[in-house]
Amino acid sequence: MKLHGYLRNNGSIGIRNHLLVIPASVCAATVASRIASQVQGAVALPNQHGCAQIKPDLDITFRTLSGFGKNGNAGAVLVIGLGCESLEAEDLARDISSTGKEVEYLVIQRSGGTLSAQEKGLRIARKLSQHISQFKREPIHISQMILGLECGGSDTTSGLAANPAQGYVSDKLVSHHGTSILSETTELIGAEHLLARRAVSAEVGEHLLDIVRKCEDKAKRLGVDLRGSQPTPGNIAGGLSTIEEKSLGCIHKGGSMPLSGVLEYGESPKGKGLFMMDTPGQDIESITGMVAGGAQLILFTTGRGTPTGCPLAPVIKITGNPGTYTLMEENIDINAGTIVQGTESIEDVGERIWDEMIEVIKGRLTKAEALCHREFGIYKLTSTF
Amino acid sequence: MNKSLVIISKEDNVATAIRDIARGEELVIRDFGKNLYVKEDIPFGHKISLEDIPQGGQVMKYGETIGRATLNIPRGSHVHVHNIESLRGRGDLEGKNI
Repeated sequence: MKLHGYLRNNGSIGIRNHLLVIPASVCAATVASRIASQVQGAVALPNQHGCAQIKPDLDITFRTLSGFGKNGNAGAVLVIGLGCESLEAEDLARDISSTGKEVEYLVIQRSGGTLSAQEKGLRIARKLSQHISQFKREPIHISQMILGLECGGSDTTSGLAANPAQGYVSDKLVSHHGTSILSETTELIGAEHLLARRAVSAEVGEHLLDIVRKCEDKAKRLGVDLRGSQPTPGNIAGGLSTIEEKSLGCIHKGGSMPLSGVLEYGESPKGKGLFMMDTPGQDIESITGMVAGGAQLILFTTGRGTPTGCPLAPVIKITGNPGTYTLMEENIDINAGTIVQGTESIEDVGERIWDEMIEVIKGRLTKAEALCHREFGIYKLTSTF
Repeated sequence: MNKSLVIISKEDNVATAIRDIARGEELVIRDFGKNLYVKEDIPFGHKISLEDIPQGGQVMKYGETIGRATLNIPRGSHVHVHNIESLRGRGDLEGKNI
């Protein structure tokens, strides 16, 4: 299996080579998106945060934006700040530049306003775009891949078919000494004991149970029935009745390998193997967290069908529902509906996902990439002040 | 896989329909010992009870509990949000005996 990717100075690898334009706060987001829209290979993050956040939330925002900049799929980075926000563009640029990448920043207030900042930004982005265009794909090894595991718009076929097939791929990657990240803490509620049994140490197991406890306690403290949001109306229409049932299906996407560790939102895994990242069940925020943690590729199972992509990482969409594949083939890369139809085994479909993943690593665009689906959302603990 | 239903674990008391199943059908389930008479329409992806489940009884799928019956659920019934409830994440029940 010969694979080629982009070798970054800090030892990470990329399977894409984007010029990433990061607004340090929502106030700089329009200028950032206008700059990216006029430069070849540039993508901007539609950041909604970065100012008037409590410290723990500001830390999450910083870690997420910085993690995107450090992700191997970013070849160079331009940070845009307004100038008075809590999250300073210069700090963010400095943190990302520890990777050895070309990183530049500009501040709208110091540039003279929208037009002046855009002109200055476009000149920088043009230069960075030409710079990264010289990078060539070189041999990489599959063990350098960090795979994010996501499910969303689930129905009962997700747990029966698509998630077990995705779990097969995760197991295969881990057996090749790669890394995969399971996510969505809410969707462990009712199934956490099964995953905790696979922890490499008592400490990791307890850490896992602790994040689930905190997630459930949050719903309890708010005095709400989690069923108001989980399962979602679409999950229920698809036959899922309770969060426990949803969770027991969800954990199948994590395969059967030992659990090596538990990560904070946006934290990079230390070492190889299967990790659990503490993210919410909201798909966009969950994917954003895993990509911030270094995932270069996302596998996403969906029973109901969803178009979701990511600005930086390819997202491969898989459905276990044959009707959904027929209905939304324009968004779904892999039909795993053959499992419930009895014409293919979980392993057969897992091998097809693996083959598709290899092609996407080599550079073939996923449907979400071809359609420029670039959803992005940062998790937060509480409101702004 | 069985053409009508998927039973994941032998401890399960519900199965998942993998086609739209109509009321009045009689399903033959391999290794199950007896036929299952379908009392209600079961849409694709939804669950049917394999046994009588008493009110308050555990509903089992994947060999694990997925919730509790809020009504008596006779064998062959549609099992969903109208007759089972989650036991987790229930902030609405905090301070009450559950």
